[in-house]
Order: sequence, then structure tokens, then C-alpha cells
Amino acid sequence: MFYRPALRFVPDNTRFKFMKARWFGLAGSFLLSTISIGLFFYPGLKLGIDFKGGIVMEAHTPGAANIAALRAAFSRAHIEAAGLQSFGGPNDLLIRLDVQPTPAANQALQANVRSTLEKTEPGAKILRTDVVGASVSHELFTNGLLALGISLAMIMAYIWFRFEWQFAVGAVVTLLLDVTKTVGFLVVTGIQFDLVMVAAILTIIGYSTNDKVVVYDRVRENLRKYKSMPLRDLIDLSINETLNRTLGTSSTVFLASLPLALFGGETLSGFAWAMLFGIAIGTVSSIMIAAPILLLLGEHRLRRDVATPPGKSPAAATARS
Amino acid sequence: MLIFSRARTLLIIGICVLGALLCVPNFLPDPVPGLPWRTVHLGLDLRGGSYLLMQVDMGSIERERLDSLADSARGVLLKAGLGYRYLHADPAAHRVSLQLRDPSQHDAVLAALRTIPPAVPGEFTVDDLAGGNLSLTLQAAALAQRGSEAVKQSIEIVRRRVDETGVADPQITRQGADRIVVELAGVDDPERIKQLLGKTAKMTVHLLDESALPGAPAPPGVEWLPMQDNSKQLLPVRKHVEVEGADLTDAQAGTESTTGDWVVNMAFNRLGGRRFGEMTAANVGHRFAVVLDNQILTAPVIRSAIPGGRGQISGSFDAKSATDLAVLLRAGALPAPLEVVEERTVGPELGADSIRAGAYALFSGFVLVIVFMGVFYGLFGWLANIALVVNLMLMVAILSLFEARLTLPGMAGLLLTLGMAVDANILINERIREETKNGRTPLNAMETGFKRAFATILDSNVTAFLAHVMLFVFGSGPVKGFALTITIGIVTTLFTATVLARLMMVKWYASRRPQLLPV
Repeated sequence: MFYRPALRFVPDNTRFKFMKARWFGLAGSFLLSTISIGLFFYPGLKLGIDFKGGIVMEAHTPGAANIAALRAAFSRAHIEAAGLQSFGGPNDLLIRLDVQPTPAANQALQANVRSTLEKTEPGAKILRTDVVGASVSHELFTNGLLALGISLAMIMAYIWFRFEWQFAVGAVVTLLLDVTKTVGFLVVTGIQFDLVMVAAILTIIGYSTNDKVVVYDRVRENLRKYKSMPLRDLIDLSINETLNRTLGTSSTVFLASLPLALFGGETLSGFAWAMLFGIAIGTVSSIMIAAPILLLLGEHRLRRDVATPPGKSPAAATARS
Repeated sequence: MLIFSRARTLLIIGICVLGALLCVPNFLPDPVPGLPWRTVHLGLDLRGGSYLLMQVDMGSIERERLDSLADSARGVLLKAGLGYRYLHADPAAHRVSLQLRDPSQHDAVLAALRTIPPAVPGEFTVDDLAGGNLSLTLQAAALAQRGSEAVKQSIEIVRRRVDETGVADPQITRQGADRIVVELAGVDDPERIKQLLGKTAKMTVHLLDESALPGAPAPPGVEWLPMQDNSKQLLPVRKHVEVEGADLTDAQAGTESTTGDWVVNMAFNRLGGRRFGEMTAANVGHRFAVVLDNQILTAPVIRSAIPGGRGQISGSFDAKSATDLAVLLRAGALPAPLEVVEERTVGPELGADSIRAGAYALFSGFVLVIVFMGVFYGLFGWLANIALVVNLMLMVAILSLFEARLTLPGMAGLLLTLGMAVDANILINERIREETKNGRTPLNAMETGFKRAFATILDSNVTAFLAHVMLFVFGSGPVKGFALTITIGIVTTLFTATVLARLMMVKWYASRRPQLLPV
């Protein structure tokens, strides 16, 4: 372990025929993404206050909080608490309130909650207050989408610039499939979608692209090296050659995110779970989605200028697929 | 790629040493005098504190200007003896409009309106609308300039008010066209500050119109205003301002010597003092009102002339409200109301919890990655681990140099960078291994491995870099911290993984000359 590597994921010179399963991979991925898009519309993402607006307060009471009494006190004070729940321990309370039409009303409501809480649970301390007004939440949402859209466009432009267009399209289609699945994951798990989650999705995009670039890089290199190999075999070869790296890097990022998911606290654990899911999806999609799309788009084009190898006609190569 | 000249080696080591030195201040309690001392600051979410995003009400600035234009228009037309009707401010159309009484006065009215002095050249246009309607229309550029000045002025007043509360080191910055960010570290209950900042604190002194009948509509130039301590009690206040808050030089809370009640003592400047003296001298036996933000603080009867430029506001004050009013009056009035549109407050206990959780996650993630690299890549993995430690150090050094704020998402960014940084080492190691399998000599395999892997490393890092720069530009608040650490991390990774790790591998090879590489 200190001099020679003690373990490897897969032995050298594996010859997995990944492209044989390409229809399975593509169909499965499209199916999952379609379901995810459906989930996005119904029941939809659980938006956090960053994007929905509203008030979230976290309070710590000296003794176990009496939720029922608090609820009654709130309704007497005309506070319509969208959610009043204990979280973590019996002494910790989470209060969620809907956004008010004006900033002044938001502040008044917050002050009302504060005083009601003090009366009902003397000695309660408010540990955290987040208030996001309606106008701000709209802006945060637009800016989040803008960041996502521009990043995707820039990544596509860069890959286009560095590779052929088939690679760029393959990468971006795969990224879209990855992102939709991540959104589906967030809907299913009920993890709140807030600003930090936009950061998670962008990081997943960055990481997933990185993964695709490595495979594509090898494909491009092999295209120059093996002038006569059919694209399908060439892609299989490239994936196999980079398999240890793909699994290795996925593992390190996965290992780095795991403690965040387990101990990161409320703010970061949702982020980290999304990351873990995204890493897994991104790894699979590098092999099962990005490469098949490249094969579909590039089957005739990327190899067009190549002389037909002896004994193997291009027709025979495509007939097998 | 394998030759490191002595100068280059020294440069690389120099960068690492410099990075280490820059990290040092973060771990020492007190600055050493005479040395540049820059540290990473903890963000509000870790340290505890309050972030307030406040919006200046631009609509009210425009309304106020239109009202004053309408006043001026009324003034010049009355002076010239010209007739008009329906003179009113129309904020929706950004103009003051009026209708001619006598069409033959058309040119005279236009000429009179054109004599109104603009606050800035080209502030408004005098327009001739159809059907004997005329208007003064505010121009967008002038309005924007007025708004911009109002924000600047608001920042100044917000700063003065916050300073008065004794909060250490408040950060007050402008954001966008009409917003102000107020960051208060170590404040876990910003209620008082929000109350102080939320008041426009426009104080004016008026005479009362004692002839007005209660319940009747206000006579021209008079309005009914509520008392502050009893909003049902309305008093008829003349609109004409006798003295205003801008004429104050000082305001202090104190107690009345005879009754012991809390009062606010004011001192006027020369102009204000003279006006206040004249007003009181001319109206002995009548009442005047001190109005704050359209509420009457007090409405005493003038017993005798008050010369000397000093005045006193008594009312139903306690120590706190008297002090707060004095603070507001000293700091001056905001040019427009401010509203809190976003607030994030974290108590110090929660911040400490977050630091603990973040540090724990960072440490365990770091250990997991290091063990993984050792197990899967042997010696070269351990060299990559040394590079990883240097990487973390350099990131902290650069964050210190920028005096950046470390937030909880920023810590996540550090951790993810560590996870992704070893990707470059993995790529290089896998490549060297392949080249060795292809029958190359150790030296040749290392050379080719580095060369081939570098193009891939660059490509994959550029894409990640682009994504996070976008996040930094469009993200807000804590997400910016995340994007910043990752962006810095990508740059330091390129150095440690491809330059430093290579240097270590080459030096190791040169000293051992092994027949086989441990890959």
C-alpha cells in the first residue's frame, strides 16, 4: 500500500462490449428522464424559501417545546404558520411561514411570531431567521436558471471548439439527461430545492462534463491511432482504457461528499446527497449515454475520411450494430 | 517535461513555502506587528450575524419630486396670475399635468412653466398635450441620477445609524440600482437595528390650524395627522414646514429635571434656530407640532418665545425610545423609505455548530480520499496526497490573501475540490501505467504519461472552471463563497497536481533509478 498499489477496480485490458447495450442504456436513460420531467410538473420540486419566498425561523427552547400549545397561541395571534415542527431534538423548533405581499408585512409577521414565541415558551432563543421577500425570490430563481443555462452553453461551446460538434452535442444531451434525473431525485426524496441546490447541479454538470471529456479525449486519440477500427469498437476500447480512471475519480469525489451528506448539517446534507446521486449518474452516463450518442452521431461522419480496411466493408461494420 | 532546472525547482518550492507562510496568520491569535497580516474571515453563517438586503423605495423619491414640481408650478402660475385647473402629480406617467383655464394664455403658461428651475439640466420637459393639457415630464436619466444619489445618501445615513448602535465593523455596500446590503457580524438579534433602519426619520415642525373642526375635511394647506402614541387622535397640521430635521446640529436623550420624564433635547443650526425663535415669538399661546414620519410626536402650546436655537421634545418616551429617536435625529433622515426584502440571521451557537460539522466533514472526507489514493495508487498516490495537502494550504493562502469570507458552502467547496483535485493525479498515474504496459522504459513512460494526461486535465478543468465562474457571477450570498473556493481550487489544483506532484515524482525517480515503476 505504501509502494505498490494494493487494489484496482478492474484488471487491465478489459474488453467489455459496452456499445452492445447502448440501446438499453439510451432507452433506460430517456425513460428515467421522462419520468423525472413528469415528476417535475407533478408533484413538483419542494422549493425552499430562496425561490418561493417566505420566513423560516429556527428556535431552541429551554425545555421540550409544547407544539400543541404553540400552535394554539399562534392561531390566537392570527399567525398562519405553514409549518410548525420540531426537528433534531424536542427542544428545537422549525417555524415556516408563507411569504407576505409586502416586505413590511413580512417584518411585522416575523415580529409577531417572535413575541408569541417568547410569551408561550419563555426563554426560547431564535437561532436562525431567514426572510426572503417575493421580489427577491423571483430574482434568485431567474439568476439560478440563467447560471445553469449559460454554463451549459459555455461548456457546449468549449467542447465544440476543442472537439468535433458530435462530441459537443453528445456531452450536452447527456448533461441534460443527468440534470433531469437529478431533479427527479430531488422530487422523489423531497429534498428542498434552494440556492445551494443550484450550486449542486452546476457542480454535477462540471463534474459530469469532466468525466465525459476524459472519455472523449481518449476516443479522439484513438481515432488518430487506429485509423481502421470501426467507431463502435473504438469507443468500446476507449471506455475500457479509461475505466479505472473513471471509477477512481468518481470514488474520490464520492468519498469527499459522503461525510458532508452524513454530518454536514441541514444546509449541506441535501446538497451532498444531490452530489452523491449526480456523481453516480454522471459516471454511468459517461459510459452508457455519452458514448452511444457519439456513436449514433458519428458512425459515418467521424470515420468518413478513412480508407476502408481490407476485408471489412463499412456496410459490414454497420450491419452488426 | 521531466527536466526541472534548479531555478524552476526553487520557484516551485518557493511558491509552496510562500503559501505556507500566508496560511500562518489564520492559526495565530494576534497579529505580529510589522508583518502583512491577512486571514480568512468567517462568513456570517459560521460566525453568527445578520445579513439584511434593503430596498430603497424609488417610487417615493419620484412621487416626492413630482409633488415638489407641482408646488413649483402652482407657485409660478399664481405669481404670474395665470389660470389653471386639475394641477396634479401623476406618478404612473412620470409627470405633473394641468389644464388651461383660458386657451389664449397657452403661450404665457408654457413660458411660465419653463421658468421652473430644474434640479439638474434637462431634468424634465414641458410638453404641450392635446386639448389644452400641459405637462412637466420627468426624464428617465435625471430620475435615475436622483435615485442613485438617494441610494448613496441612504448608505451614508444607514452607516451613521448602525455606528450609533455600537455594532463592530458593519459592512454596508450597494447592490444593483436600488439596494443596500447591511452585514452585521456577531448580531444575533437584529430587531433593534431593523427598527432603526426602517424609519425614514423625517422630522418637521409645523404650526397647528386651530380653526379646523374635528371630523371635517382639512382646509387647503392643512392635513389631519395622527398622534404617535394614539393613532385615533388626529390633529390639523399646517403643511408649511417651519423648521426641519436637516436644521438640527445635535439631539440627545435626557430626563426633564422637574418631572424625571424622558425627553429629547435638540440643538438647531443658526438658520433653524432663528426660524424656530421667530415662529415661537409670533405664535405665543398657539400650538405647534413636531412631526416624525407623518406622525405627531408632541403638540405643545407655546408659552413664550424660545430663542437660542434649542428645543425639547417631550412625549410618552422611555429611555429606549428617547435614545432611539435621538440616534435617528442625529443621523438624519433617509431620502426615501427603506424596506428589508431579504434577511438571513444566524445565532452564534448555530454558527459554532456549523463550524464543527463542516470541520468534521472536511477532515473525514480528506482522510477518506488520502486512504483511497494510498491503497489504489501506492507511492505515486502518496506523492499525490502530499500535493493534496499543499493544495489545501494554497487554497487557504489565496483565500487569506483576498481576505475572503469562508462560508459553510465554501467549506463544501474546499472538500469537493480535494475530491476532484486527485483526478489529475489519477489521470497521470493511469497513463503512466498504460505506457509502462506498452513496453516503455520508466523514464519514457513517465514522460509520455505526463504529456498525454496534461491535455485531458486541462480540458476537464476548463469546463469545470467555466461552470463555476458562471455560478460566481449569477449566484448570490453563500453560493458565491462556494463558487469562489472551487474556482480558486481549480487553479491551485493545476499547480499542485501537474507541477508539484511531477516534481516530486521526478526527484524520486532521479534518486532511486528503479527498473520498474510502482504503478
